[in-house]
Amino acid sequence: MAEPAPIAYPLMLVAELSYVCPLHCPYCSNPTSIVGTRRSAELETEHWTRVFGEAARLGVLQLALTGGEPLLRRDLEQLCSAARDAGLYSTLVTSAVPALDERLPALQEAGLDHVQVSFQHADPQRSDAIGGAVAYDLKLRAAALVVELGMPLTVNVVLHRDNLDDVEAIIALAEELGARRLELANAQYHGWAALNRAALLPDAGQVERAERVVFDARERLGASMDILWVLPDLFEDLPKPCMGGWGAEAIIIDPTGRVLPCQSAATLPDLPVENVRDSSLERIWFESELFNRFRGIDWMQEPCRTCPLQRQHVDHGGCRCQAFALTGDAAATDPVCHLSPHHAALLTDRDAALAAAHAPATPRPAYIARTTRAPR
Amino acid sequence: MIDPVTHRPALATGVRLHRDSVRERDVLLFPEGALVLNDTAAAVLALCDGTRTVVDIATELATAYGADDLLDDVVELLEGVAEQGLLEPADG
Repeated sequence: MAEPAPIAYPLMLVAELSYVCPLHCPYCSNPTSIVGTRRSAELETEHWTRVFGEAARLGVLQLALTGGEPLLRRDLEQLCSAARDAGLYSTLVTSAVPALDERLPALQEAGLDHVQVSFQHADPQRSDAIGGAVAYDLKLRAAALVVELGMPLTVNVVLHRDNLDDVEAIIALAEELGARRLELANAQYHGWAALNRAALLPDAGQVERAERVVFDARERLGASMDILWVLPDLFEDLPKPCMGGWGAEAIIIDPTGRVLPCQSAATLPDLPVENVRDSSLERIWFESELFNRFRGIDWMQEPCRTCPLQRQHVDHGGCRCQAFALTGDAAATDPVCHLSPHHAALLTDRDAALAAAHAPATPRPAYIARTTRAPR
Repeated sequence: MIDPVTHRPALATGVRLHRDSVRERDVLLFPEGALVLNDTAAAVLALCDGTRTVVDIATELATAYGADDLLDDVVELLEGVAEQGLLEPADG
């Protein structure tokens, strides 16, 4: 037997500061279990400050300050300053609600490096309708302010049935705002997006048309604006290298301090819980059963184990959460892979969902709004 | 194409040099990414502060390293970094 490969140092820390959000996007990547979470359970400033230092000493270079809505943290300035002191490159991932006008100069002064502002559509009314909040004007103001202060701006838009046909206008908006990057990621149907699949699922033609628009724009824009384009798994036949591999590049910390290898890993069964309140990030990264569970390739089953495409180190078996959701086994090959014995079932299910959602007589279902509020 | 006599290169907004002491290497950090630098590249980029021309940078490094003319190498490196949008545009 060859020596096992040494565990690589992580590159990225995603700090989910609060699950509370003024927007109610129906495709939110937070788990649906956020309903009923309380702000009093969130980590304190001291926890995050300690964790940023530990992350930097572990090799992390990039920090995403996200949520929910990170602006709801009153200590965000302190957290940006802690990130800068630790040497991390920090990105604020925000809905731009509440207004950034007063706060952004102080955040920049504290050390914030980069701002990502989400839009839901290029059209104001439709953007607000998808986000479930009056937000569009605040987004425009925030984006303008980021550029005015000389900070790099990323615009991000999650794509689905109700905005894929708008991609050309979205690209024009990002250009007009002076964005350096535009993230166009199709919704992946986990969590809230799975609840809303009947409303959000695009047809293949929409995805193809949008892709052509993106490729043309890339050619035209060159280095002046990067466009990231992520296809929905449902229209692919090879899995994505989810998170760059389990415990390979990224660490997620949720608002309550749980440490996870990906945003939805908490949906997997039988995984030991790790929390930064109880343990150092270093121990969790190198030694915890959680982070070692799907590291490397020894845990893989067939067909991954003897992958004829030799993609074990390329896609790492795909997404564990998707494998569990669709097969009941978190160690199975991601059924997006055409070699998975579950791939045919995935296609049948997808095509049935597409036919149902896009039948001419089908009324459009209303979105189930993402919320942390428990029903009364 | 940049004019090495007049152009004063500077890192683009939101791009900064960082010493990755865990992996013992220099990197250029920017939104959602990092570019690993060799020692020469790090030395060149450390001098890209918008005040020095490309010729200044090449001369300064050649003196520091006791090397011959480094201008071609510096130009090539800067063009590669500029192509990735990590330097302020030459006309800016």
